[in-house]
Amino acid sequence: MKIAGSGLKKIAGLAGPFVGLILVITIFSLMPEVSDRFLNLANIKSVATQSVIVALCALGMTLIIVSGGIDLSAASNLALSCVLVAYAINLGVPPLLAALVGVAAGGIVGFLNGFLITRLRLVPFIVTLGMMGIARGLAKWVARNQKIDAPLSWLNELMVRTPKPSWLLVSPGIWLMVLFSLVMAVLLRKTVFGRHAFAVGSNELTARLCGVWTDRVKVAVYTISGLLCGLAGVMEFSRLTVGDPTVAMGLELDIIAAVVIGGGSLSGGEGSILGTLVGVFIMAFLRNGCTMMGWPNYFQEIIIGAIIIAAVTLDRLRHRQE
Amino acid sequence: MPEQPLLSLTGISKSFGPNLVLDAVDFELEAGEVQAILGENGAGKSTLIKILSGAYKPDRGRMFISGVEYRPTGPLDGRRQGIAVIYQELNLAPHLTVEENIMLGQEESRLGLVDRKKNLERIKKVLEFLCHPEISPDIPVRKLSVGARQVVEIARALASQARILVMDEPTSSLSQEDTRRLFEIIRKLRAEGVGIIYISHFLEEVLEIADRFTVLRDGKVVGRGLIKETSVEELIQLMIGRRISELFPRLPHQPGEVILSCSGIKSARMGRPVDLELRRGEILGVAGLVGAGRTEFLRALFGLDRLEAGLVVVSGRKFRPSFTAVSIGSGLGMLSEDRQLEGLAVRMNLADNLTLSRLKPYLRAGFLNARKQKAAASSWIERINIKARSPEQKVWTLSGGNQQKVALARLLHQEAEVFLLDEPTRGIDVMSKAQIYELMGRLAADNKAVIFVSSYLPELLGVADRIAVFHRGQLVEVRPAASWTEASLMRAAITGRESDPVITGERP
Repeated sequence: MKIAGSGLKKIAGLAGPFVGLILVITIFSLMPEVSDRFLNLANIKSVATQSVIVALCALGMTLIIVSGGIDLSAASNLALSCVLVAYAINLGVPPLLAALVGVAAGGIVGFLNGFLITRLRLVPFIVTLGMMGIARGLAKWVARNQKIDAPLSWLNELMVRTPKPSWLLVSPGIWLMVLFSLVMAVLLRKTVFGRHAFAVGSNELTARLCGVWTDRVKVAVYTISGLLCGLAGVMEFSRLTVGDPTVAMGLELDIIAAVVIGGGSLSGGEGSILGTLVGVFIMAFLRNGCTMMGWPNYFQEIIIGAIIIAAVTLDRLRHRQE
Repeated sequence: MPEQPLLSLTGISKSFGPNLVLDAVDFELEAGEVQAILGENGAGKSTLIKILSGAYKPDRGRMFISGVEYRPTGPLDGRRQGIAVIYQELNLAPHLTVEENIMLGQEESRLGLVDRKKNLERIKKVLEFLCHPEISPDIPVRKLSVGARQVVEIARALASQARILVMDEPTSSLSQEDTRRLFEIIRKLRAEGVGIIYISHFLEEVLEIADRFTVLRDGKVVGRGLIKETSVEELIQLMIGRRISELFPRLPHQPGEVILSCSGIKSARMGRPVDLELRRGEILGVAGLVGAGRTEFLRALFGLDRLEAGLVVVSGRKFRPSFTAVSIGSGLGMLSEDRQLEGLAVRMNLADNLTLSRLKPYLRAGFLNARKQKAAASSWIERINIKARSPEQKVWTLSGGNQQKVALARLLHQEAEVFLLDEPTRGIDVMSKAQIYELMGRLAADNKAVIFVSSYLPELLGVADRIAVFHRGQLVEVRPAASWTEASLMRAAITGRESDPVITGERP
């Protein structure tokens, strides 16, 4: 009885974002102008492919937000990685190694975030705000303020809509997104590290009282998130086929929005991978639907803004009922 | 018609849940007098002040200022009606200037613009009256000394034309020189006809500055009178009273070998280094006023506060406490005095809170087994009688007593050998208290050791084997509990002087 009750509660907790997603999909499916194109497989595949980059970053951001932090440098980190991959390939580095360079660079930026936050005792907002500028600047420096062209390689097939070995069904990027979602969900829910991350976010003082190495947890959290941003940078390079230092400007806010729409609390201690993915897809389907309808860009922005506010308000109400 | 007193309270009662904190309190304050309100920690003084200030509403009773009924809707309204409270932790905005702080909420303005000239005139007058014309209105408050900050706070009260000034432990963080100057100000205010309510633990100061006194005990007024007709002894006697002897379950236990010894432990927040030894099967009580350094000692011992010096040896393992994980690994366990803020992650569930300090038993191949974790939590819920619906219940939905049991269960679950308990029975119901006393006894009987800080003297005397007393940041004395009495403990805590040999029958 008890377990069934708690299971129901968990589903109810996720219901908010899910209802939002279903609502968005339903509304566009009912629009006569796009109903035939919106809910077909090709479009869904395309939305999913477009979501890969935001989703990878949002997975890491979920971990950070759960632990009570924030990362404003995620998008700049992604751009730096994207540029470095192109740069490395141009130097003649094999594609796999170039991709690893991108991921590692993301990890280093993330580690620096965590290191500075714990050593200087500064709030994450400030440190990552600074890092946002630093990483973006580095990206532009490496790229000499322009796009870096790179010869095509198999790296550029990671984000195609129709994958090369057709048995893959969807692009390798989507499979990576699924894989890392599973890994992160397990990490958050099934490991001591995940439990400690929740504890630090819920009440850092208590975590310390209980012998949690709070600083180490934080550094690990930012490093993992940085690695995921680096991977997202590789995906971005794959999609663009060039290293563009100005890519993903302002994307960090979309990433944070996805986590928050998915039930993450900016005061820490709450959030889930499934919720975040739902948040990512709500925004992706909205963009996609609006574009199909031929609605202007600003319309999308207004709707997404309204949805963020509505999602958090609903979340509040749900908590008050508890 | 006789003249109305400046302030009068009749039949003020207030309870929090089942706890009756104030029980039909009557109180009168005349214009131009300093009246002391005395009582032990938890006697109801703070609640009474909060009611006066308007922060709490009384359940019953009425208040009058100069005969006019006073019914504040909140602290701001209370201040407007002439009651200014100066709290222990001063209520100033550190980044704002002296002027901005004093005039906050009462700025002189014209057409919405701040009229600085008028502001400065008012401030100048007030600061001159307080004999502190040297305090510049333009410097940010954070750059002032504690004493000067207090003057600013008093200046704010005067600028708002307060007729009644409540001072809560005003000297606890002041130097002697600042205290002397504060007293001059108080005398001057008294001469101007301001009524002053003075709350302090330092009885000598009270004897020096107050005209009358009122003593609270367990929420009731148990004595009042003229200061010149009383003595420290009488005041202490009134404060502790003759209490109905409570039952403290005593399980037989014998002190064994030394399990913990600390040498020269000192953090920045402590006055002097502390040396102490604790044996297996021993309960050490720690007495002292709030802020005397008891909590700071425990925190330093556990590695929560930055250590300046000192070493700890637990079961033969020597270390310098600075990481809680190391302390826990060597057998220490700490219960925080502040459950909500530090002791528990109240937004997390019971199982997570209970097991957080030792998750190892639930690991298999690196993964947590949540079911096992919940089962373990369930068994603890039963073993120490926590009233909860399920191990997945959020901790903030539990009552205070049950929350405390969760925090204690965590220490038991982590298999601590030395229990550092800071105010383990504060704010919890009588039943839970008794269970916690019993638990401490059982721990001692199991050859573990307990250090517990408490402000409640009967429980210290009833439960502890030895009692240590802290005063103004220093450990004053450690003696077997049997050689202490409530009066001697109180005296040592208040005066910092070692107890009177006449009462205890032994030379210090």
